[in-house]
Amino acid sequence: MTIDWSWIGDHTDDLTTLTVSHLQAALSAVFFGVLISLPLAVVAHRIRPLRGFLLGVSNILFTIPSIAIFVLLLPISGLTRTTTVIGLTVYTLVVLLRNTVEGLDSVPAKTKEAAKAMGTRPLRTLLTVEFPLALPVIMAGVRIATVMSISLVSVATYIGDGGLGQLFTDGFQRDFPTPVIAGVVLTILLAVVADAALVALQYVLTPWKRRRA
Amino acid sequence: MIQFDAVHKRFPNGTTAVHDLSLEIPEGGVTVLVGSSGCGKTTTLRMINRMVEPTSGTIEVGGKDITRQDAAELRRSIGYVIQQAGLFPHRTVLDNIATVPLLLGHGRRKARSRAAELLETVGLTAEAGKRYPHQLSGGQQQRVGVARALAADPPVLLMDEPFGAVDPVVRTQLQDELLRLQKELNKTIVFVTHDVDEAVRLGDQIAIFRTGGHLVQCASPAELLARPADDFVADFLGAERGLKLLSLRTLAEVPQGPAPEGGTWSLVLDAAHKPLHWASPDAEIPVRPLTDNDSLLSALNESIASPTGLIARVDAAGVLTGVSSRDDIHTHAGQAHSEARVAA
Repeated sequence: MTIDWSWIGDHTDDLTTLTVSHLQAALSAVFFGVLISLPLAVVAHRIRPLRGFLLGVSNILFTIPSIAIFVLLLPISGLTRTTTVIGLTVYTLVVLLRNTVEGLDSVPAKTKEAAKAMGTRPLRTLLTVEFPLALPVIMAGVRIATVMSISLVSVATYIGDGGLGQLFTDGFQRDFPTPVIAGVVLTILLAVVADAALVALQYVLTPWKRRRA
Repeated sequence: MIQFDAVHKRFPNGTTAVHDLSLEIPEGGVTVLVGSSGCGKTTTLRMINRMVEPTSGTIEVGGKDITRQDAAELRRSIGYVIQQAGLFPHRTVLDNIATVPLLLGHGRRKARSRAAELLETVGLTAEAGKRYPHQLSGGQQQRVGVARALAADPPVLLMDEPFGAVDPVVRTQLQDELLRLQKELNKTIVFVTHDVDEAVRLGDQIAIFRTGGHLVQCASPAELLARPADDFVADFLGAERGLKLLSLRTLAEVPQGPAPEGGTWSLVLDAAHKPLHWASPDAEIPVRPLTDNDSLLSALNESIASPTGLIARVDAAGVLTGVSSRDDIHTHAGQAHSEARVAA
């Protein structure tokens, strides 16, 4: 299996476009996943009876085969980027919801109690005490969801999207390995870089975790 | 002033935490709620800032029924210190202290400069303000907890076993500093502890609770030690009740005379007339001079250690004012004891 470097040289523009599109799809999914998970996690955390239900639903959604999810969405959103993002978002929920609930659970009762006793109202406590303290656990979920989404985008090739995944179909159809290898390498690279960026983001957002006494 | 009137608290599981409590907590004094665990002392404290709502009865702070105020606003007007400080781990020490001023909308700059002031008040350096709580020792965290409670200058301070989690040496320091602060600030402090010695040390008034949420007796420490209301209170105060009483009496009431001359032992002074040691032809024994503010208990202790049975008394500058004999101290200690005996 040899790499045709000249093909890569001729297609740098295409590769760049596909990489950007791939990353956009994955990050959109994580963004909407977080947006949906945060309020749902608060509900699951506060109202115990709903907790099992919400986590159960997110688990069941995760078991739907990825191709099936795109097919199910076709009548609603068609062969579009929207379909890709909705499908990927559904998968991020399982890890984002669980980690956000666990993050909120991990906030010491004593700290919440102190906030209340100082005269902090519940919403402000949630935003300025509970979310910041849950952040390390939430961010662990965001990292997994991001890497998972980056690897899953390719599946959307079946509905004409799929970012770098298009390179795989192209390579297989022409029995030409170079695009496949380029696609794999770029996907891995994206995942590693995105993960590193999230680690850096967490470092910036949690200054109290930096220097242990 | 804080006024409890026929207050009951029954929890949903059926246990009665506080039973028909009527209690007056005077302004500008330290009231200590004391009792073994499950006696309702913490519940009583937490009802004052509505962390727990009473089942029946009324509580007034400064003449206003607390249930007629917004709970969050009420809490901002009452300082609260809890065990192990309960600091916000994700905020710097300075921002922890600034919590309530920020909630009151004082603005970040003003809140921080107030916080910096308070760091000094509680004996911490400006450098400590930039740290996070986990980088401080337990005793330092507790100081931050006190500073945070004082930040909005509330007239009332609630302290729930604030020094329970620090070692005895640091605890004594923190108690001393609380007493020093209280002299300056003159807050109405309600202090919960299960430690009788702490209660006697800090309280202007002590309320003793018994399991089931019954207030058994509420009186000044001296009154309580001299005249416990019943066996429960006497037992709770412990067998050394008499000695504890001596710890409340000061040397000021004991007469003093000139230092003796010509005996085997003489009191050696330095050039500034400060006592150094007792000297005999073949020995030197160090002397710990006492002031009028020292307790009869330390005087008794010192007189036992002294070879002559005399204690050296000095003024605030450490200059000798006279001596008192073991007999003088005994006479006064005896009075305290007999009062306690009569009552028991």
